[in-house]
Amino acid sequence: MAGPLYSIPGTTPSAASADPPPAQPPVADGARTVAAVLAQTQAGAVMDELERDLVGLAPVKARIREIAALLVIDKLRLNLGLSAASPSLHMSFVGNPGTGKTTVALRMATILHRLGYIRKGHLVAVTRDDLVGQYIGHTAPKTKEVLKKAMGGVLFIDEAYYLYRPENERDYGQEAIEILLQVMENQRDDLVVILAGYKDRMETFFQSNPGMRSRIAHHVDFPDYQAADLLQIADKMLAQQHYHFGPGARAAFVEYLERRLTQPQFANARSVRNALERARLRQASRLFGDQERELTADDLTTISEADIRASRVFQDAAAAPKK
Amino acid sequence: MMTNPTGRVTQGQFSFLPDLTDAEIVLQVEYGLSKGYAWSVEYTDDAHPRNTYWEMYGMPMFDLKDAAGVMTELAACRATFPEHYIRLMAFDSTRGIESVAMSFIVNRPSKEPGFGLVRMEGRNREIRYTVHSYATDRPENERGGQ
Repeated sequence: MAGPLYSIPGTTPSAASADPPPAQPPVADGARTVAAVLAQTQAGAVMDELERDLVGLAPVKARIREIAALLVIDKLRLNLGLSAASPSLHMSFVGNPGTGKTTVALRMATILHRLGYIRKGHLVAVTRDDLVGQYIGHTAPKTKEVLKKAMGGVLFIDEAYYLYRPENERDYGQEAIEILLQVMENQRDDLVVILAGYKDRMETFFQSNPGMRSRIAHHVDFPDYQAADLLQIADKMLAQQHYHFGPGARAAFVEYLERRLTQPQFANARSVRNALERARLRQASRLFGDQERELTADDLTTISEADIRASRVFQDAAAAPKK
Repeated sequence: MMTNPTGRVTQGQFSFLPDLTDAEIVLQVEYGLSKGYAWSVEYTDDAHPRNTYWEMYGMPMFDLKDAAGVMTELAACRATFPEHYIRLMAFDSTRGIESVAMSFIVNRPSKEPGFGLVRMEGRNREIRYTVHSYATDRPENERGGQ
């Protein structure tokens, strides 16, 4: 800003105060190459981190790269004075439980922030309860409050299909959807909405709300993890908590995963995390049982084969053939 | 008031300056948010200096990260009350402060009615003074504007 934006009453305002200051100075001043923009915005670092930290999810990563590429090219166009209409970035994340929808949404907020698309880069995660009210006239203020909190960042609506309840035509969910649609259309620069949910139910949700479908530019599918991916995830989770598999434990866990995958209600990475939590419990009670023993750091960080083998999954499998 | 040559109400911050533009309001709101204040929108048709509590337009907005939320609310209030005084207030909830930290007018009637000085004679020719708001001369539903 050149001069002050104010003047003394009674005097003619200077020319500087007439035009409003630029809303946002362009992040990449004079950058002419993709590399330059990436270097200035550090979006490359986030994307590499995404590649490194998230196992599998190839289609998701590809999609995020596309979006990031578009934003970088837009930035370059802007630097050359070409018009770059702000793209609609509302997304829907569709996939089974535990496939990393929330984790990716969090990363998405950081990436969009680095690229200068959203101003603050925070994520507000809500469900139906946070948007829909209990009585007439309660829904609109509630939804608007959430939207205001999410502005400048990403609004993540988990299990979005609950917003629409076709069996009850007086359901207040419809009202919340209408307000959402309005803001998604009119204030695209202020916030990005990400809807997440399970595939089949999201499908029905979009069919009954065509307005919602057409306003969402990016439909991203989260595939289920393969056993190899899950093992890698388990390794990462353990490493994060300063644990590691003892001899034979890793093989036992592979076997565990194979059995667990065939069982109903398998929630991908979430099930892996729960399995590891239970293994930690068993390890703790195993060490607790031997009260006289002096424990080394290695003892305390090792998940042994027995800790894994004690799982109910193995017991059920052992019991089954007897029947 | 009588000593105010521009005929503009001067209350709160920036009131001796020309009206803030929306871009300037955004900057102020962002500053308040960076300090952790909660913004709220209030309006009134009678900006009497002793009229401390204006009407609230919606709830105070806690946990906001970006000025866009406040500006949305302000736009809605301006659309509803184009000829009223509207102010933004920032509440600092820090323990020991718990009070309004910023406050400035963001909307004025196109013609501000202003105030008059009323002199009342008491016993022994004693004079009592009070400030009278011309806006209150008209019934409430006829006040905004003119």
